[in-house]
Amino acid sequence: MATRSPPWNTEIDFGALELQSKRLTETAPVITVTNLIKQFGRFAALRGVTAEFTGGKLYAILGDNGAGKTTLLRTLAGLNHPSGGQITILGASKFHDICHQVGYMAHPSLLYDEMSGTENLAYFAQLYGITGQQRAAEVIRAVGLDPALQRPVGQYSQGMRQRMSLARALLNDPKILLLDEPFSNVDLHSAADMVRLLAGLRDQGKTIFVVTHQASLLDGAADEFVWMEFGKIVARTRDLKRLESAQ
Amino acid sequence: MSAPSGITRATLLKDLRLEWRSKDAINSMLFFSLLVVVVFSFSFDPSAEESRQIAGGLIWVAFLFATVVALNQTWARELRNQVLDAYRVSPALPNSLFVAKAVGNFIFVSVLEALMTPLFIAFYRLRSLGPPWQLLVVAVLGTWALVVNGTFFAAMSIRTRSREIMLPLLLFPISIPAILAMVQSTTSILNGEGAPFWIVLLVTYDLVFTTSCLLLFETVLNAE
Repeated sequence: MATRSPPWNTEIDFGALELQSKRLTETAPVITVTNLIKQFGRFAALRGVTAEFTGGKLYAILGDNGAGKTTLLRTLAGLNHPSGGQITILGASKFHDICHQVGYMAHPSLLYDEMSGTENLAYFAQLYGITGQQRAAEVIRAVGLDPALQRPVGQYSQGMRQRMSLARALLNDPKILLLDEPFSNVDLHSAADMVRLLAGLRDQGKTIFVVTHQASLLDGAADEFVWMEFGKIVARTRDLKRLESAQ
Repeated sequence: MSAPSGITRATLLKDLRLEWRSKDAINSMLFFSLLVVVVFSFSFDPSAEESRQIAGGLIWVAFLFATVVALNQTWARELRNQVLDAYRVSPALPNSLFVAKAVGNFIFVSVLEALMTPLFIAFYRLRSLGPPWQLLVVAVLGTWALVVNGTFFAAMSIRTRSREIMLPLLLFPISIPAILAMVQSTTSILNGEGAPFWIVLLVTYDLVFTTSCLLLFETVLNAE
């Protein structure tokens, strides 16, 4: 594979990108990250990330392996404690205060292999105070699966598992969705369906962060592409082609 | 948000359902305990009197090691597919998870004890000279002492590389007062002597460690 040169060594017009970013952040931010640092031992995965993200937008977080995308997402989801800096989500600095308004989908499925999709979601729904199986059935249908499917999740195809995992993240009808590699191992047709679903959720006012290596799937759907390199956000743009041409 | 008791109940039922389907813990526990009963029975071939002297130690050693097997399984399920993260990002209280896990383990070990006790009686020709209900009290208190600490230390060791080895290293030394009380009280009751001191010690141990575990579990769950 050809090595990618970081965007700051190329012809990206950072002045224009900044102006564009300013336009994108005209409304009140739902997430504000200030000088966020995350260290694992001596390795700094995030090196002073500062950014504001406004509500009702779909953000695609891009970058090479080890750029800090997943760490940023896990830190926003309250799973990693920041080593330095500040995060404010929906006006709260403690994740626990707003956790019922956040949906998180990780690279692994976060589902029990021995239980069916409906059983899994019915259990996780109870953690959010949602009883009964109606909500579980709704979100399973929303991601294009059948709630009547009795097979344990361990026997699902990878694509079905990803969709069920997305359904789990949608259970609590969150205002903010943090999705880590939702399209990995998903066929193109299903991925396009997922993108349509995400765009629909964004149109309902949800703020969505998608960490992905398949940026082209979100071309036309994402409101902003955020490029990370070496633990920092180095570019934000609406135009994916500019980022791609820069590489 | 659901009441903590509702989440505890849901988590407990989920764990019982998973164990019913996989039978990971109960099969390993039964196999290990059976092995201890049969091997020691053939090695010693003790008389009824000798049995009463050694049974306390033998029974609790078998249950102690079998419990470790169940404890390792408890959190292994939550690590597969990183399901624990789904709990951590939810508004559910950490202690609801801890109580559900501890009660679940208590049920698994109690089922094992119920299955193994008739075998112990048959193989070692055991007949208690003291009141059997006191043995039941010791069994309940002793089992809780093992599972409450075990659940806590198993959670502590899930992120370590060799967690199967780490758990007994952490659990056994801190369980020494409880194990001593369990063995001594069982032997005393089997021989028709009272064991009020050891039972009080077990009650105190249970109260102190249950409280400590509940206070510290959130830190353990969210540790990186």
